[in-house]
Amino acid sequence: MTEAIIVLSNAPAEHDSAAVQRPDTSFRWVAGALSLLACVLLWHGLSTAHVRTPWITFANVPPPLAVAQAGLELLGSPKLLNHVLWSWWRIAAGFIAAALVGVGTGLLIGRFGWAERMLLPPVEVLRPVPAVAWIPLAILMFPSSEVSMVFVTFTGAVFPILLNTIHGVEGVDRRLVASAQSLGARGWAVFSQVILPSAAPSIATGLAIGMGTCWFCLVSAEMISGQYGIGYFTWESYTLQDYPGVVVGMLWIGLFGMGSSALIRLMARRLMPWQAVTRGAR
Amino acid sequence: MSAGRIDIERLHIRLGQGAQAFEAVRDVDLGIAPGEFVCLLGPSGCGKSTLLGALAGHLSPAQGRIRIDGQPVSGPAPSRGLVFQHHTLLPWQRVIDNVGFGLKMRGVPKAERDAQAQALLASVGLSGFEDRYPSELSGGMQQRVEIARVLINQPRVLLMDEPFGALDALTRVKMQQLLLQVWERIRTTVVFVTHDIDEALFLGDRIVVMSARPGRIIDQMVLPFGRPREAALVTDPAFIALKRRCLDLLHGAEPLPRLSPLGTPAAAAAAWRFAL
Repeated sequence: MTEAIIVLSNAPAEHDSAAVQRPDTSFRWVAGALSLLACVLLWHGLSTAHVRTPWITFANVPPPLAVAQAGLELLGSPKLLNHVLWSWWRIAAGFIAAALVGVGTGLLIGRFGWAERMLLPPVEVLRPVPAVAWIPLAILMFPSSEVSMVFVTFTGAVFPILLNTIHGVEGVDRRLVASAQSLGARGWAVFSQVILPSAAPSIATGLAIGMGTCWFCLVSAEMISGQYGIGYFTWESYTLQDYPGVVVGMLWIGLFGMGSSALIRLMARRLMPWQAVTRGAR
Repeated sequence: MSAGRIDIERLHIRLGQGAQAFEAVRDVDLGIAPGEFVCLLGPSGCGKSTLLGALAGHLSPAQGRIRIDGQPVSGPAPSRGLVFQHHTLLPWQRVIDNVGFGLKMRGVPKAERDAQAQALLASVGLSGFEDRYPSELSGGMQQRVEIARVLINQPRVLLMDEPFGALDALTRVKMQQLLLQVWERIRTTVVFVTHDIDEALFLGDRIVVMSARPGRIIDQMVLPFGRPREAALVTDPAFIALKRRCLDLLHGAEPLPRLSPLGTPAAAAAAWRFAL
């Protein structure tokens, strides 16, 4: 949950970093590929040499080749699709619920003093509780383990979305509001024409972070109470001593988390073309 | 849409909360005729923008009253257009949609909005920029769009808060000439706030000089210059004599932090969230 706070304080800076945003793209790809390759080589070296120290041991860490083989095997089996679909379903349900609740209450808290006074104190108390700590209570509260996993996913995503939405609404330039009122905008029009689009970039940031924390929490929940799902697969592989499977599961989680956050960012860019202009991309 | 008579009677405006509260405008009486171009001149922070904010309906007076064509001012309205020092165009809307915003709020269909916006953009020399976003324009162009956006509502009163104060000297002079050209066609009442003596003398029919905080009216002068005005006016002996008179009036006034038509930065920030 610390992630959310960090981005909260960084969000305004994001708007004026136009020059930093665009290094040479081909160089970026090469550098990215090289750094990934270096990680794999390091992993290969440490695991094949069975490096042992009193503090950390790589004796049981599967080497990259074994993981790749296990990954290919899993790709060919129908098990993968089943696990992936279950995880996706939970992510979708938890994330959509978190987006609705987070953006909705965030708009209220940011806009209205009474909502802030009534809703912010419980938010402040619950915010530092890690989603993983909700798992026991979720199991007790929801008869269906399915719903409890979705709930844990929800708690992971809702706070970054909520906080970034509040931040976005409170950051609206009051001159824009006053100007719109002088041009004849009232009540709902001020909200839909000025406040919502003003807060949209910050809300999008919240959604992208929330998507990341969603995966983080889902996997924890699946490890404990799942029957299917990519997190459950990872934990099951461990209990079956299928160590390459553990790493395969981890890599899938990483890929999906990264991919879904990127998808949110892509959608945000499509919906907010003026953002690209201010960043000098046009 | 004619008229645009402004009557200000014994107006006092207080700004700030609690211990920080101060009187920004003190006992202002002012009548402005329909179609008159009045410049409010005074040192920075003297309360002239505050007075403008009250005219716009964003600040409410502590005492006294403001009437436009006999109607008391209660809140902002499209018949009183407000132009800020820095543009307040909506960054997510293209120029044409920004200009048409006022019509949209009145429920005018898109095709008609665009036609009117296009005509206004042409009159401020911005044909061809309809599809740009505000951030793609220069400061002078942004202010021209801002003015066009206010004019689309055919305001009876045009309120301008140092609208060219942030522009470079050359652009400022061009914008002053453009404003006069546009105004000579529409002849709406203009209240133009500035601390630039040349600007006030060049633009106005009348100059109202305000003292340092709390802002009071300390002098008024009706300008004898004809229209249309030429750039050469600024070297006219009569112009220079009036400029000297203004300099003497403003001499010794300590500039204070700038106020805005929305009040002090902190107080208004706390209050605006209840404004919806």
